[in-house]
Amino acid sequence: MPTFVYMTRCDGCGHCVDICPSDIMHIDPTYRRALNIEPNMCWECYSCVKACPQNAIDARGYADFAPLGHSVRVLREESKGTVSWKIKFRDGTEKDFVSPIRTTPWGSIKSPAEYESPTEESFRDQQLAHEPEFLKVDELPTLDPDDRGTD
Amino acid sequence: MGLFSRRKTVFVDSDVLVVGGGMAGCGATYEARYWGRDLKIVCVEKANIERSGAVAQGLYAINTYMGMRWGENQPEDHVRYARNDLMGLVREDLGYDIARHVDSCVHQFEDWGLPMMRDPETGRYQREGKWQIMIHGESYKPIVAEAACKAATEVYNRIMVTHLLMDSTKANRVAGAVGFNVRTGDFYVFRATAVIVCAGGASHIYKPRAVGEGMGRTWYAPWSSASAYALPILVGARMTQMENRIVLTRFKDGYGPVGAYFLHLKTYTENAYGEEYESKWTEHTRNLVGDYVDRHPVPTCLRNHALLEEQKAGRGPIRMVTKEAFQDPHKETVGWENFLGMTIGQAVVWASQNIDPKHTNPELTTSEPYVMGSHATCSGAWASGPEDCAPDDYQWGYNRMMTVDGLFGAGDTIGGAAHKFSSGSFTEGRIAAKAAVKYVKDLRNDRPEVSEAEYQELKKVIFKPLENYEVGRNEIVAGTVSPSYLLPMHGLQRLEKIMDEYVGGIGANYITNEPLLTRGLELLEMLKEDLDHLGAEDLHQLQRAWELHHRVVASESVTHHTMFRTETRWPGYYYRGDYPRLNDSDWHCFTLSRYDRNSGTWDLETAPVHHIID
Repeated sequence: MPTFVYMTRCDGCGHCVDICPSDIMHIDPTYRRALNIEPNMCWECYSCVKACPQNAIDARGYADFAPLGHSVRVLREESKGTVSWKIKFRDGTEKDFVSPIRTTPWGSIKSPAEYESPTEESFRDQQLAHEPEFLKVDELPTLDPDDRGTD
Repeated sequence: MGLFSRRKTVFVDSDVLVVGGGMAGCGATYEARYWGRDLKIVCVEKANIERSGAVAQGLYAINTYMGMRWGENQPEDHVRYARNDLMGLVREDLGYDIARHVDSCVHQFEDWGLPMMRDPETGRYQREGKWQIMIHGESYKPIVAEAACKAATEVYNRIMVTHLLMDSTKANRVAGAVGFNVRTGDFYVFRATAVIVCAGGASHIYKPRAVGEGMGRTWYAPWSSASAYALPILVGARMTQMENRIVLTRFKDGYGPVGAYFLHLKTYTENAYGEEYESKWTEHTRNLVGDYVDRHPVPTCLRNHALLEEQKAGRGPIRMVTKEAFQDPHKETVGWENFLGMTIGQAVVWASQNIDPKHTNPELTTSEPYVMGSHATCSGAWASGPEDCAPDDYQWGYNRMMTVDGLFGAGDTIGGAAHKFSSGSFTEGRIAAKAAVKYVKDLRNDRPEVSEAEYQELKKVIFKPLENYEVGRNEIVAGTVSPSYLLPMHGLQRLEKIMDEYVGGIGANYITNEPLLTRGLELLEMLKEDLDHLGAEDLHQLQRAWELHHRVVASESVTHHTMFRTETRWPGYYYRGDYPRLNDSDWHCFTLSRYDRNSGTWDLETAPVHHIID
């Protein structure tokens, strides 16, 4: 829909509200459960579907071009490092896919402040953090100064 | 005024303020910390940095990677490619600068845990095309955001930045930004020495093909609301190539990507009768643009042009021939995972319409236009280039600093450097941040000051839509029709209709001319006046109101630029009906504009294109 929320599964935890890039997942004040308040600003990005601990959110294709009867379900498991998909066609055809999402533990990235401080000298050259090491070539390329400003 | 006078104001002071936590903003935040160990680095994001920006959904490819370590490409090669694709007009210094650094960013992504596909024979990254490599990028954004969060002093989520603040002590110098918290309604004043605008480009300035629920399935994210342009424009930063909007050839309705299909799966297009059609339009296109049509690869806009002409000749729909490639189970998997990794909506469309590309060749279409600085297009702010290779005309200060002191940018914000994509935007954020830290250190104690009068005035303006609604709502029984206010969606739909009909959208077959543009500007002016009467029922609608403001400012800029360039430089992106041909003798140059916020006028001029790569 855009996304929608199953009444019996949602417990109103708000993870979808917290993650939605479009700010369209809100908590209904009467039912205390989530809903999509603006389906025509939904990108079907599935951020909320993936974030829902209750698997309470699903998508129904945009009404103006998607016939009913399909589903695209997802299970994102950070502990396993995978995302799994099940596609079901209107005619019943099914397809399954699994992909890796990350090769390192969550939270393992080092702050740039943990690396040795750059020298004053290095502010005057063109190299960025961790260069040239991370370039995996000997040095950062540059252009011959004679080429500057010529047509 | 009295109604909201007790609204809380929160002050946040920083040395470097990064506006927008997408790919460019995460790169900027990371790099700012590396160089500015003792500085306060703040990143402010409209949504949640973990899933924000154009890469929120993930990506299945990184479209800009040189592969210098394997001798695959050199930065100069990428400049030639981007220049060719943009019909000769790019800032070669900026493009070169991104290309020479981008590999180190990609290697860092892998180090951080982004799963890269490898070619089983060579052990190198799996190439999708000459520049593209394939990844399992479902978590591309959360991974990059983790790095930015580790680097930042503070990350503020759910704050919509509405305006930049200028220094009250020195002319033409930035001093911070203001906005509001979409959850609490608190007013935020960010006082900063350097500001790096890393906000998003523009979707939803042109009427999309789907106008019901499906209007959310724009090609570019619906939350890319042109803040990349409105923020700098409103403080008088010079902009470039704003007429250079992009139109995408994509799978119908879902706008699923075609790159992997063309490049990796080796699928190809045909008309409704199974005929190859591109070559039959070559001579016709050569009459419009000369030998640009003979370049390799054929520029993106010209391929669009051939498709559009074939459809106009009555031989649509154009289809992608997938049936052959999809007999190979590996290719079938790649074809589907490509969507699941970055455009899930296309998988939904195909499942709903029983389109299995193994048995059916799916339809293609051309999208509504978008304005951005990071794809096969290069609208954005005019920025100073790298010290070691930018021509003198392109250099007036720190790298990636705009024409406003202390105001930097990256990603969609910076114009002239096409084909950045995700990796290039991140790279540009890093480049801008190193320069911004240097700027902060060089200023020492000469810090900008924010005037209280300025932010108090903005506070009134920002929350006015809530007041408009509160007051006007009592006039009517119920419903959405009020004589006193417009809802943000009303204004958005008017904007999209104006741009579509007068500035070359899908409804006009991408064609416009001077009389149409003149009328378009008149209607935009009235829309701008009406923006004072937007009504917002709640904070979510207040966010929509300010997104609309930003879109309208960007649209006005696009329209002025389109009027100024009296040629058709990129057929397939848009056409000037009154100047149907490319005109290299007069227009092999950049267009520049500056908005004067005091007089409300736009000044346009040209700047030379310097070719620093042969």
